[in-house]
Amino acid sequence: MVINHEKCIACGNCVAVCPMNAIYVDTNINRAKINDDACVECGTCFRGMSTENLNPKIARTIRKAAKALRFRMEPEPDVCPTSAIEMNELEMPRLIRQIFSDPVVEHTSTGIKGRGTEEVKTNDVRLRVNTDEVGYTIEFGRPGVGVRFSDIQIMTRELALLGVKFEKNNPITHLLANESKGDLREDILNEKILSAIVEIKTDIDMVEKVLSTVRVVNLEIDTVTAVGISTRCADDGDDNNLGPLLEKLGYSNHRAKTNMGLGRFTNKISLTQTEKN
Amino acid sequence: MTNTLHRYGTAESFRDDYIIFAIPSKGINDEDCIPKLKDFLRICARHSPVNMGNGNRGSLAPEKGLDPTVHWKRIAVKDWKSVIDGVVKPGTVSAVFSTKEDAEACMKEIVSADFGFSVNMSTSVENAKQAAEVSGIKRHSVEYSLGFYDPHDNLPDSQVLALSTMCGHGMVSFNMAKKMIEMVREGRRSSEDAANTLLRFCPCGIYNSDRAKRILEQNIGEKIIDN
Repeated sequence: MVINHEKCIACGNCVAVCPMNAIYVDTNINRAKINDDACVECGTCFRGMSTENLNPKIARTIRKAAKALRFRMEPEPDVCPTSAIEMNELEMPRLIRQIFSDPVVEHTSTGIKGRGTEEVKTNDVRLRVNTDEVGYTIEFGRPGVGVRFSDIQIMTRELALLGVKFEKNNPITHLLANESKGDLREDILNEKILSAIVEIKTDIDMVEKVLSTVRVVNLEIDTVTAVGISTRCADDGDDNNLGPLLEKLGYSNHRAKTNMGLGRFTNKISLTQTEKN
Repeated sequence: MTNTLHRYGTAESFRDDYIIFAIPSKGINDEDCIPKLKDFLRICARHSPVNMGNGNRGSLAPEKGLDPTVHWKRIAVKDWKSVIDGVVKPGTVSAVFSTKEDAEACMKEIVSADFGFSVNMSTSVENAKQAAEVSGIKRHSVEYSLGFYDPHDNLPDSQVLALSTMCGHGMVSFNMAKKMIEMVREGRRSSEDAANTLLRFCPCGIYNSDRAKRILEQNIGEKIIDN
């Protein structure tokens, strides 16, 4: 992401918009600037802000006059008045920031946008987790903190030691150079992203161990984690295993994503045929 | 792509927060699913949603090339038609409701329509259980949110968190949420305008502007804080 200094009038609207606190107004040049190391290429400033096409010179003159008179300006807070924010062409490894941070960019590895995961959302047709199994989505960096792949690797290595199964259809799994050790690709380790989800699956008896490992590892890495934990309900629609276990372990689990079980095979071509193609 | 799971708040605070979304699966039920996804959204639009999204845009998208008069008069009209027309390839579509009645009525109609793709509801565990019950279906699977774990004290206060986490992809920054809270408290912006400003940053259309409005109004006067 870049700010075109020919256009920028240093109104400062984009500063609050950035989820990573990467934008600031440089008072030496009176223009907004982006801290490239902090920027995760999420596109919030470029895509999320509305724009006007004011003439920068006129806008600067008016702002200067108003400032001299101590007038308080009250512009729309989500508008870039001169369309000064531009998206630049990115190459690897920096491109990985955009792939993981910009929710409208599709992950080529899974064909899914956002964090690139289906989790339990399609469990009614994909049957990823059964009643005696547990799926975990361990999310790093969100909200508003961000994470580097080197920190995610600390977690994937610890999880690998537990012998967990990494979800095949997950963008982080695709970046594992050595799945049995939990090593990520070396070229991306220093890249910072808004968030990423590590997805694993275990038997239900591993829940306590996995959750405590996540918490212990989180003490080592300076970011926030959010764990989603899923299972299949019994035929009567009740979850008699995981929910009670979480309560027993003292975890608050009042919010959930519930798969209503309405999915079924409707394609004329079977899944096996599609996969072969 | 929705990411509706980790919203900050107590179970009670989700009384006005129901997200229903449909997701087709590649190789299973994605053939000819575009018209069905559009029909899904048409059903949702009939039940007074507060937002809808198609994975690329929500019902109130950022506006490009605005006229300068926008600073005096900006009309926010949620555009369901553009969301429905914008479904061009298989992907997640969603709708947000702020009342139990609307969400349950919508779920009932979706069950009757029998589209064949996976349908999920994000809200409190109890809300979703009741919605399944009144729709005559059994829950298939459940993914619990264990909340945010922040041992390094990076996160802001609960009001900012509640506003920010309604965009699951983190597009609503803490600073923007704080700015809107302050603008509303200082009387420089109505809670509705502030909620709509935040909603525009969420490209999936899952931001709940009614809940945001309620949260923004909590620090005005002597209302009890309950995110």
